[in-house]
Amino acid sequence: MSSPMAPRGSLKTLCGWGRYPVQTCHVYCPRSESEMIQLLKRGLPLIARGNGRAYGDSALNREATLQMRHFNRLLGFNPQTGQLIAEAGVLLAEILEIFVPRGWFPLVTPGTKFVTVGGMIAADVHGKNHHKEGSFVRSLDWLDLLTSEGQIYRCSPSENRDLFYWTVGGMGLTGVILRAAFRLRPIETAWIRQTIRIAKNLDEVIDLFEAAQDVTYSVAWIDCLASGSRLGRSVVMLGEHATREELPTKYRQRPLRTPQRRKISIPLDFPNGALNALTVGTFNQLYFLNSQRKAGQSFVDWDTFFYPLDSLLGWNRIYGRRGFVQFQCVLPLSTAREGLSALLHCTSAAGAGSFLAVLKKLGDQQGYFSFPMAGYTLALDFPMSQRTLKVLDQLEEITLQYGGRFYLAKDSHLTPLRLRQSDCRVETFVKVRNAQQWTVNFASEQSKRLRL
Amino acid sequence: MTAPVLILGATSDMGRAIAQRFAAQGYPIQLAARQVSRLERDKADLAIRYGVPVSVHEFDVLAVETHAAFIQQLPMQPAIVICVVGFMPAQKVCEQDCSLALDVMRTNYEGPAVILSLFANLFEQRGFGTLVGISSVAGERGRASNYFYGSGKAGFTAFLSGLRQRLAKSGVQVLTVLPGYVNTRMTEGMKLPPLLTAEPKEVANAIFAAIEKKKDVIYVRPIWRWIMLLIRWIPEPLFKRLSL
Ligand SMILES: Cc1cc2nc3c(=O)[nH]c(=O)nc-3n(C[C@H](O)[C@H](O)[C@H](O)COP(=O)(O)OP(=O)(O)OC[C@H]3O[C@@H](n4cnc5c(N)ncnc54)[C@H](O)[C@@H]3O)c2cc1C
Repeated sequence: MSSPMAPRGSLKTLCGWGRYPVQTCHVYCPRSESEMIQLLKRGLPLIARGNGRAYGDSALNREATLQMRHFNRLLGFNPQTGQLIAEAGVLLAEILEIFVPRGWFPLVTPGTKFVTVGGMIAADVHGKNHHKEGSFVRSLDWLDLLTSEGQIYRCSPSENRDLFYWTVGGMGLTGVILRAAFRLRPIETAWIRQTIRIAKNLDEVIDLFEAAQDVTYSVAWIDCLASGSRLGRSVVMLGEHATREELPTKYRQRPLRTPQRRKISIPLDFPNGALNALTVGTFNQLYFLNSQRKAGQSFVDWDTFFYPLDSLLGWNRIYGRRGFVQFQCVLPLSTAREGLSALLHCTSAAGAGSFLAVLKKLGDQQGYFSFPMAGYTLALDFPMSQRTLKVLDQLEEITLQYGGRFYLAKDSHLTPLRLRQSDCRVETFVKVRNAQQWTVNFASEQSKRLRL
Repeated sequence: MTAPVLILGATSDMGRAIAQRFAAQGYPIQLAARQVSRLERDKADLAIRYGVPVSVHEFDVLAVETHAAFIQQLPMQPAIVICVVGFMPAQKVCEQDCSLALDVMRTNYEGPAVILSLFANLFEQRGFGTLVGISSVAGERGRASNYFYGSGKAGFTAFLSGLRQRLAKSGVQVLTVLPGYVNTRMTEGMKLPPLLTAEPKEVANAIFAAIEKKKDVIYVRPIWRWIMLLIRWIPEPLFKRLSL
C-alpha cells in the first residue's frame, strides 16, 4: 500500500501561451521525487512543464510532459540575506504576494508573474534591468537537478559548475529542476518611481536607452505600424524602486501596501482576424496619445509597472483560435541600430500589425546557453496566419544578417539550420547533451523540431 | 494563542489544502501522517507563508492500538481534528485481493472511527472542540464500481452521525464532509465531469465555513445533495441493473 507508484498519466491537449502549436500529450503530475524517478526509468524522454508561459512548444512533449505544479513549497527564507529556497513549481505571483508586503522583491523578473521558479531558471529570464543587473542566474545561489537515471545534483557556480551553467537557459533539456535558492532584494516601498519619455523615432529611442545606462529598469514600447521618419516611435518607461522618503505622503504610511488591481478575464476567443491592421493601428494610436499625456514622473505600484498585462487574465485569447506567435531576437550593440531598423521596416511594410512590440537593452551573457547578450532585444507578437509565417521567415533572415540570436522561450517556428546559423553555442550544447545521455531522458517538441 | 488544528492524513492533496486554509487564518497546525518525513516540506512551507507554528507527527491510521499513545504525545491538545484519511485502489483488484480489500475497509472506516472516538472522549470532557470526518458520497449507496471503498465510507458516515447525536449536548461539533469528486491524486487520470468536480481548495474553504457556521453535514458542491437524493431513491430491482 505504501509502495511508490508511478503516477498515472492522462492525455491532455496542451499548448504554450501563444496557443500554437497545440499538441495532445501524456501528462503526469508527480507529487514526489520517487514518482519522477519511476517515470524516468521507463526510458521515454520527458520534459518538465512549469506554468506554460513559454509561447511555443518548449514545455510540450507528446510522450511525457511532467507537470510540476505539486512541487510548490517554500522551503526556507533567510531575512538577513534575502535568500529564498523554493520548489520549482512555486509561482512568482505567490512569492510576490507573500514577500512584497515584507519588503522583498525578486532581483530579476520577466514581464509576467505567472511563471514558475523552474521556468524562470530554465529560460534564464531577463527583466527590464538586464543591462544593469543581468539575468535570473545572477540571483541564483544553487539549484537541485534531477538528471538521467534518477540522480540528483546540487549545482551552483562552485559545485557541478558546468551542469549549473547549462541548466540555466537550458530549456529543461538537462534535467528536471527540483528546487532552487535565489536572492530577493530588500525594498523600502512597493512603488516604482517611473519616468515616461516619448521617442519620435528609432534613433531617439536608442539614444534614450544609452543615456539611461544607470537607470535600474528601462523598456520601450514601440508603435510598429509607424513608418518613414516616424519608424520606431516609442514610449520609453524608466523606473527605480522608490524610497520611503520620495513617496507622496498619502502612500508613506503603509509604503509596502498597494491597492489591489482589478483583474479582467477574457471570457472567450476573439474571432480570427479581429486583430487586423485597423484595430491594432487604432489601439497603438490611442496608447501613444495617452502615454504622451502621461510623460514625466509618477509613482506606480509594482504590479502595474512590471506586469501590465497580467491584469488581463487570458489575454492570449484576444488573438483568436489560431493563436499567435512571438518573435524575439537580440542584436549585438554594433549592429543594433541598423538591424532594428530593418526589422521594423519589415514589420511595418508587411502591415502585419504587431500588438506588442517591446524593446529592451541587454547586458552581457551569463549562462552557457542563455539567450541574453549585450545588445538590444526586440519582441513582436503576431496573430497566426500564413502571412505571418512569411513575415517570420523574413525577420529571422534579417536577424541572422545582423548577427543576432533568438529566444527559445518565445519560439515555435525556427528551423535547426537557422538556429545553428544564429548561435555557435548550439553545437556544443548538443554535444554535451549526447555525451551525458540527456537526449535519452529529456526532450520537448521544440528540441525535436530544432534537433537539440 | 488559539489551539491548533490537527490534520490526520496530511500528505494528501486535500490535507495540504486544509492545512493552508487554517494556517492562513492564523491557526497553529499539527500535521500527521504515516511517513512523517514527507511532511517536513509542508512544515517549512506553512511556517514561511503564514508565520504560524507547525509540528509534524507520525500517525498510522491502521495501527489502532497506537492511537491512544499518539494522542498522548501531542505537545498540545488540538481545538479541531480533521480526518482526511482515505484509500481507494481499483475495485477490481480488491475483489481478487482480500488483504487489499481489508485495508480499504479498515482505512476508510475502522481507523478513522477509533481515533475520532478517542478525541471525542477528551473533547466531551472539556466541553468544546470540533471533529471533522471527510467521508464520501460513495458511502450513500453501494455501487458495483467501488463498494469496498463505498462501504467503508458508509460505515464512517454512520459513525459520525451517531457520534454527533451523542455529543450534541456537550458543545462538541461533529462535521461530516461529503466531497463528491475532487481533483486529487486519488482521482488522477480519471475522466471527471468538471461541473461535479471540486478542487482541494474548495473542500478546504467549505470545511472552514462549515465549522464557523456550526454545520453538521455538508456536500462540498451543493449539486451532489440532489444527485445523491436521486440515486438513493432508485428502487433496488432497477438499481441493480443500472451501470452507475
Ligand atoms: C506575457 C509574458 C511576458 C514575458 N516576459 C518575459 C520577459 O520579460 N523576459 C523573459 O525572459 N521572458 C519573458 N516571458 C517568457 C517566460 O518568462 C518564460 O517562457 C518562462 O520560462 C515561463 O515559465 P513557466 O513556468 O510558465 O514555464 P513553461 O512555459 O511551462 O516552460 C518553459 C521552459 O522551462 C522548462 N521548465 C519549466 N519548469 C522546469 C523545471 N522544473 N525543470 C526543468 N525545466 C523546466 C520547460 O521545459 C520549458 O523548456 C514572458 C512570457 C509571457 C507570457
